[in-house]
Amino acid sequence: MDLPLKWLREYVDIDCDVKTFMDEMTMAGQKVEGLADNVCNKAKAIKNVVVGRIEKIEKHPNADKLVVCMVNVGKEENIQIVTGAPNVFEGAYVPVALDGSVLANDVKIKKGKLRGVVSNGMMCSVEELGFTTHDFPDAPENGIYIFSSQPELGADVTEVMELTDDVIEFEITNNRPDCYSVLGLAREAAAAFRKPFRYPDIKVREEADGHSSDFVSVEIKNPKLCPRYIGRVVKNVKVGPSPLWLRHRLTAAGVRPINNIVDITNYVMLEMGQPMHAFDIDTIDEGRIIVRNAYDGEEFTTLDGQKRILDSSMTVISDPNKAVAIGGVMGGENSKVSPNAAAILFESANFNGPNIRITAKKLGMRTDASAKYEKGLDPNTAYDAVNRAVQLVELLGCGEVVPGMVDCYPNKREPKEIPYSVENINKLIGFNLTEQDVAYYLGLVEVKTDGKKAIAPTFRPDLESEADLAEECARFYGYDRIETTLAAGTPTCGKKSPSQLIEDKVAEIMVALGYSEAMTFSFESPKVFDKLSIDKDSSLRKAVRITNPLGEDFSIMRTQTVNAMLNSLSTNYNRRNSSCFLFEQGRVYIPEEIPLKKLPNETAVLTVGLYGGGSDFYSIKGVVEELGRMLGFGGKLDFIPASDIPYMHPGRLAKVECCKKPLGYIGEVHPDTLKAYSIGTRAYIGVLDMSVLEELASFERTYRPLPKYPATERDIAIIVDDDVTVREIEDIIRQKGGRHLESVKLFDVYKGAQVGRNKKSAAYSIKFRAEDRTLTDDEVNGSIEKILSALKDGLGAELRDK
Amino acid sequence: MKKKLLEVKEKALKSLSEVNDLKQLDDARIRILGKKGELTGLMKGMGKLSKEERPVIGQLANEVRSAIETELEKARKNLEERALSHRLNNEKIDVTMPGRVQKMGHRHPMSIVIDDIKNIFIGMGYEIAEGPEVEDAYYNFTALNIPEDHTARDEQDTFYVEGEGNFLLRTQTSPMQVRVMESRKPPIRIIAPGRVYRSDEVDATHSPIFHQLEGLVIDKGITMGDLKGALEVFAKELLGSDTKVRFRPHHFPFTEPSAEMDATCFGCGGKGCRICKDSGWIELLGCGMVHPKVLEMSGIDPSVYSGFAFGMGLERVTMQKYGINDLRLLFENDVRFLKQF
Repeated sequence: MDLPLKWLREYVDIDCDVKTFMDEMTMAGQKVEGLADNVCNKAKAIKNVVVGRIEKIEKHPNADKLVVCMVNVGKEENIQIVTGAPNVFEGAYVPVALDGSVLANDVKIKKGKLRGVVSNGMMCSVEELGFTTHDFPDAPENGIYIFSSQPELGADVTEVMELTDDVIEFEITNNRPDCYSVLGLAREAAAAFRKPFRYPDIKVREEADGHSSDFVSVEIKNPKLCPRYIGRVVKNVKVGPSPLWLRHRLTAAGVRPINNIVDITNYVMLEMGQPMHAFDIDTIDEGRIIVRNAYDGEEFTTLDGQKRILDSSMTVISDPNKAVAIGGVMGGENSKVSPNAAAILFESANFNGPNIRITAKKLGMRTDASAKYEKGLDPNTAYDAVNRAVQLVELLGCGEVVPGMVDCYPNKREPKEIPYSVENINKLIGFNLTEQDVAYYLGLVEVKTDGKKAIAPTFRPDLESEADLAEECARFYGYDRIETTLAAGTPTCGKKSPSQLIEDKVAEIMVALGYSEAMTFSFESPKVFDKLSIDKDSSLRKAVRITNPLGEDFSIMRTQTVNAMLNSLSTNYNRRNSSCFLFEQGRVYIPEEIPLKKLPNETAVLTVGLYGGGSDFYSIKGVVEELGRMLGFGGKLDFIPASDIPYMHPGRLAKVECCKKPLGYIGEVHPDTLKAYSIGTRAYIGVLDMSVLEELASFERTYRPLPKYPATERDIAIIVDDDVTVREIEDIIRQKGGRHLESVKLFDVYKGAQVGRNKKSAAYSIKFRAEDRTLTDDEVNGSIEKILSALKDGLGAELRDK
Repeated sequence: MKKKLLEVKEKALKSLSEVNDLKQLDDARIRILGKKGELTGLMKGMGKLSKEERPVIGQLANEVRSAIETELEKARKNLEERALSHRLNNEKIDVTMPGRVQKMGHRHPMSIVIDDIKNIFIGMGYEIAEGPEVEDAYYNFTALNIPEDHTARDEQDTFYVEGEGNFLLRTQTSPMQVRVMESRKPPIRIIAPGRVYRSDEVDATHSPIFHQLEGLVIDKGITMGDLKGALEVFAKELLGSDTKVRFRPHHFPFTEPSAEMDATCFGCGGKGCRICKDSGWIELLGCGMVHPKVLEMSGIDPSVYSGFAFGMGLERVTMQKYGINDLRLLFENDVRFLKQF
């Protein structure tokens, strides 16, 4: 809402500077966004443009289309100005931009020569001052503006033409429809500055004969959608331009002046917040206004010449034969006021806000009127508004007002009573207002009080309860004066939940291992399932669908996080980042059934993705092992070879289990999948279920005494078939190693000529230790013998030559 | 004998002075003091000396031995020092070459900011709450006093979800307020950060997915003064102790009275600049006293308890903190971006 301060001052004496005004209004709850992007604000930059009178015009010696003018600008000497404008004449009063002046849009004027003749300035059109012929209908198109009066020579043009104003942009919260008007903000300003508020004195002379009801009748078929409809008739209308003051007000408020009738409706809308419409009364059959729902498929051409297709949720203003306006949105072409209309009907009506909003949206036409109505206006304002409109008709002398009005208002909105107690108000805001204080602050916004109940004016539907009254008191007492305290109350212990602590720990470990945290979208395209070659009947394809997505690419809630991770890896690869180590803790959204009957399960997932930097399968395995160690279940992890995930390399995939509980999987991405994501190098992915991780994680630790006796270490290297896993070897070593076996560490695997085809050598360092003594060589040799013979029996392992 | 001793001494001292490394030194020691060494050899002749001579020569022999030993020790020390200084000279490295370490990864800037905020509120006795992102319209709107026909429910802002119910992607973290109030008894002090969804096309300043943080305090006797106190502490902790805040009246359906809190602009410290549109203030969060209707709907008696709530967007704070100028960077996961935090 753009508020011109000159207009505001009609109703309240604001004498502070603009900055203070803006600050105080903001602190009282009407937030100022800043100075509006408005021509009247911009005109303040105009400098050194004064009234001049052309004393003499002579031909330019060197140019046919130019003339040389001597202009009196109120100084001793006339100044010489060269112009090409055709409409100048001797004796004309014109705006003159002097040497060194500034025009609209920061154009600077300097003296110079035009075809060899000195020109000491420029005579201006309204456009050069930033305005249009709508603002100054007496100005010629593309010509110098000629004053119709004879202002003082040398006077500042911005003052003479009343070009400047302070127009302030307010952010109005949607609970305050009353503030979408100059009067509404004036009421707030009066309260904020503790100044009297002057409501306009609305009086109508009604000098025509008869009564409005002689011309029209009104019938409302759907009072829920149209609670009130008032019609007032004006005869002998003279359509023409509005006077300067009215045009200025509209321009300052950002509305373009059209003609007196349209300008009056706009003026009232801006001033009182009540949209108005004017019909040519001759176009309304039988003079019968019927407010009804539109018919489904009803065609209607609006004022702007567009054909609209309506439906039965919308309200139309109709006569017995045809619709003449879309209620609250726009009038019809068939009923618009023509320049020679004899009589007009002013409509001042009230419509259901949400319905208007939906209608305007369906039709794709959010008009000034609908934007006001959609907030939900007070039907009681309609009465003053229509009278204000016809008062202006009389003031402008552009018609004769017919006495009386036709007012269809089946359910009058009455002021609301709100019970309250001063004690409760104080309890909520935390200070001690007296009953008088409360009465005073509420009185500032026209709320009447008697100590027990408050009566809120009908234009304040937002005031419903004690809390609302508390806010009004706090607003005018001043939020900044509310003393700051720290909540006493019952002490609570601030903390993270166990699962949050584990999430933090996981992130900490991942970062320490060199992985950076990623953040990806939680919705994606249903096409990702094909991209990942996921089976047609896989449960992963059962995803939560968004009804109104931004596009197919964002239309399902993800059931896996691999796609997002692969996209991130791809982004990095294609930006030539040589390596990339990422992790994400994000959610997947798993519906129990489709269509959704209850909210889906949102499960947290840890996703790890990497490529480059010398990484391989064991890089990601190491990550999982380290996570396990740090979270207290390291020794219990199992990595089971698998090949059943379509987007993973079938020979380089392991399911991760812990105590038989599936935790997730790790592996290399399938070459086809890498191709699908334009990743030109091997990449590795790990996906772990955070809920299982959280279940397994334990931070309890018990100290074990440090060993007192030395360990004995033996290295063995054995040769086995290539398809024997080291896991199988280690299982046997652990089984047979005896109770003093402390650790088994693989330190080398060799494949090649020295061990034969399809064979490999695995070298282990095996450590033995007893708690109570130093082990003898014989004891250790015995254990090694047992191990070797079991390896031979179980796996056909041979000891590699030393 | 005496003469021989002095000769051995002289020869020994001379040879020691010519020794160049520890090996030569050791050789010399064996040659002189070893079992078959020169001095040892001489000493074997002691038995033949007269009773009178023996102590005199004995003493001399000891003196010679000790002189040689002293010299040996000196030579050894000297050689060791030389060897060490030689080694140290040879071991000079280029300390400007890069260090070797398993490079750590980086937290996402959003996580860093969220963590900072969590820690501030944990210090003030708050717990961290969580809730679903696919949400029921009841929690997202109805229970927050947002009526059926309110603009906030429009499809142009809200993503709805297919199904046999009124499901949607939460448009704010506020539904977590309701879930917390339904599931616990006061005193309640929580914050609830999380993802929220709104139907905005992706560009430098908009994203259909972004993060908010909700806060809720419910107890007996909570006032607006408490709200101001808690949020002022928060702002100073987050933005620096010089930060000033102001509370402006505002409107939210689920709080009354409502306010917006501005903090002094980080760009100009409150003097006015491009970032704050010359106002000196940056809007930080919305807040207010929990609306009695909301308390009631969530099963908390507003005549006994009162409370305050607040909510803030986290992307803008993060971007301002780090000077990030394009929101899309936050979701791209380019390691060159992530490495900077």
